[in-house]
Amino acid sequence: MTDIGLGHYLTLGAVIFSIGVIGIFLNRKNIIVILMSIELILLAVNINLVAFSIYLGDLTGQVFTLFILTVAAAEAAIGLAIIVVYYRNAGTIRVEEIDKLKG
Amino acid sequence: MAAHAIFFYFFSIVAVISAIMVTVSKNTVHSVFFLILDFISISCLFIMIGAEFLGMIMLIVYVGAVAVLFLFVVMMLNVAQQQNQWFNSKENSGHIPIGLIISTIIFFELIIVVGGWKYKPELLDPNTNQLSNEISNTHSLGQVLYTDYIHVFQISGMILLVAMIGAIVLTYRRRAGVKTQSYLKQISRERSEGIEVLEVSSNKGVKIDD
Repeated sequence: MTDIGLGHYLTLGAVIFSIGVIGIFLNRKNIIVILMSIELILLAVNINLVAFSIYLGDLTGQVFTLFILTVAAAEAAIGLAIIVVYYRNAGTIRVEEIDKLKG
Repeated sequence: MAAHAIFFYFFSIVAVISAIMVTVSKNTVHSVFFLILDFISISCLFIMIGAEFLGMIMLIVYVGAVAVLFLFVVMMLNVAQQQNQWFNSKENSGHIPIGLIISTIIFFELIIVVGGWKYKPELLDPNTNQLSNEISNTHSLGQVLYTDYIHVFQISGMILLVAMIGAIVLTYRRRAGVKTQSYLKQISRERSEGIEVLEVSSNKGVKIDD
């Protein structure tokens, strides 16, 4: 119990990943919280990569965590820009009322 | 080792609780604050197990940029007061049990993978990019990042550039009736439309503004 190994970090990553997936499925309020859940999922992936990198003694995991960080920042910027444009056009970002693509 | 365990459990419990609060809190601003708390505790974990550079970069990028961006958008769109209704909404409430079931299945699949993990011994001695104790984490990351991964690094810079241009193009709005400078009009002025040479007869003067 007091010996923290790779499995502990992977379990923490799994828990945060599942919470992110739950947030995507359950949220009915606005789409910003869904974007935050995506950030949580990317964070869980980063935890896994860093834990593997440290415990297996290979630096490549940390390098790829940097790239995931870059992509996450770009994705948040683009997603929030799309949300701002949608709010300007439609006046709402409630998930239930975003149904323009429903045939 | 005990200190490691204590700090690991403290930071991970804070991270998990704040991740739950991100998804369930009624106010979106509170969700952003819990997201910040989550990022801070995870970066403390990173610093604790020896990835100091990534921990600091997580603080700068996520807390300093992404979370502040979220806060700006939440406050700009005036959605903070919309109440979270996913417990008592009448329509579409069929998402909730399915989402819970799928998330639980994903969680248990990940746990099974973690629990059943056995290392092959030849995987445990990597021959590339080994962590060394002589130089710091930032130093060794820089040595790898700018040599072996230079092309991926450049491509990630291009991704950031494209994201910046895309965000500006998406949110740019041309307003009518605003006076702006037109460079093309300025530099394409000819002498003939700018000045006029007149013969001025004496004692009559010139009428300028006609």
